[in-house]
Amino acid sequence: MLDGHVVADRLSLDFTGGRTTCLLGRSGVGKTSLLRHLAGLLPGTRPVGPVAYMAQRDLLLPWLDVLDNVLLGYRLRGDPAARRAVEPRARALLDEVGLGDRLHHRPQALSGGMRQRVALARTLCEDRPIVLMDEPFAHLDAVTRFDLQDLAARLLAGRTVVLVTHDPLEALRVGHEIRVLSGSPFVVGPAIVPVGDVPRDPAEPALLALQARLIAELRSGP
Amino acid sequence: MRSAITALGLIAAWELLVWLTDVPAYILPPPSRVAVILVQRADVLLEQAAWTAAEMVLGLALGLVLGAGLAVILAASAGWRRWALPLVIASQAIPVIAIAPLLVLWLGYGMASKVAMAALVIFFPVVSSLYDGLRRTDPEWLELARTMGATPHAVLLRIRLPAALPALASGARIAAAVAPIGAVIGEWVGASAGLGFLMTQSLARGQTPLAFAALFVLCLLGLALHHAVDRVARRLVPWQSFQGD
Repeated sequence: MLDGHVVADRLSLDFTGGRTTCLLGRSGVGKTSLLRHLAGLLPGTRPVGPVAYMAQRDLLLPWLDVLDNVLLGYRLRGDPAARRAVEPRARALLDEVGLGDRLHHRPQALSGGMRQRVALARTLCEDRPIVLMDEPFAHLDAVTRFDLQDLAARLLAGRTVVLVTHDPLEALRVGHEIRVLSGSPFVVGPAIVPVGDVPRDPAEPALLALQARLIAELRSGP
Repeated sequence: MRSAITALGLIAAWELLVWLTDVPAYILPPPSRVAVILVQRADVLLEQAAWTAAEMVLGLALGLVLGAGLAVILAASAGWRRWALPLVIASQAIPVIAIAPLLVLWLGYGMASKVAMAALVIFFPVVSSLYDGLRRTDPEWLELARTMGATPHAVLLRIRLPAALPALASGARIAAAVAPIGAVIGEWVGASAGLGFLMTQSLARGQTPLAFAALFVLCLLGLALHHAVDRVARRLVPWQSFQGD
């Protein structure tokens, strides 16, 4: 329920552990609400477990430098010992996202793509088994988005990821499993499992055929 | 540069007006006369200006500390908010000028009553701007903090308060602009020193040019205070860029 409006009714969803599941749907279908439900952000809900959440906006704090933004969770939990212990990992993560030389830059000195990389590093630094992502790359230009999809697919390996997106190609590139959300109240379609490992090559003919099918499915609805 | 030209133009017009109308100096002294007094009586003016400046700065500091403290308490606790917020608003319904004689009665003719006066006029803009800022934190930042398992204390201190600093900065700018009002009203009501005191004294004795000179120094003091606060405020929020800079 969201503002008295039924978004989904008696929904039961299983996510495969250690895999990335992409929830694909058009704008306004209720996929973000579903994700916020899983994160325990809707009134009366609790998180499904130890989750790390990554939103569409990078949500970097402008008064903290890049490294401190990545360590934000540890600052907010008020555990200086844990923060010191995790700092080398935060540095390593920033190295991996290609920002190892920008540790002490302020967010406003970075491009949109770099900021989203910092957000990705912050999400991973939380080191939670479940990662919830709400259209994390929607704001970026096409090439940056591709780079970040590759990076995310590589770094998120082994975690249970639920990624919400409206972009069929994104779902096909990074999702081990894809589920289409459609209708109002929405229903969740059966799991689609494309062949090959993530991140998948967008030039693959099988992938493009599947993309056409997904677009058709999104268009028609149930 | 342009503001200097505007100021010079206005002064020239004033001089011309006095010269054309031949108005006596005790009604409206020409700027040239005020300038002479500024130099001749520089020692008195500086002495009184130092006194008023001290009242303004102390009042500003006190008002900022009390105002910011109360805003944080209001934002942190709903219980306190229910009790204190109506009082804060009601306190603003009383004109400060009306309390001035009481403050002089209680705190004496010295500096304390003027500091209290300045702090009192500053208090409200600081509380309301910081409290507003504390309530307007980006909700997505708060959600992110929630998913991270942040304590309410840490959220207030590490997210809401830094996020409200730009609001506090604008409150402090308003405070710097009104601080001279508090100090001078206090001096008018009852004082033994200060520029406001000098003004009332010299007007009573028909020394209007000296009153104008005091007014001019007061204006400079106000500008200096505003400039200083503006610089500190910018340093406080280096991540904010200002349009029109």
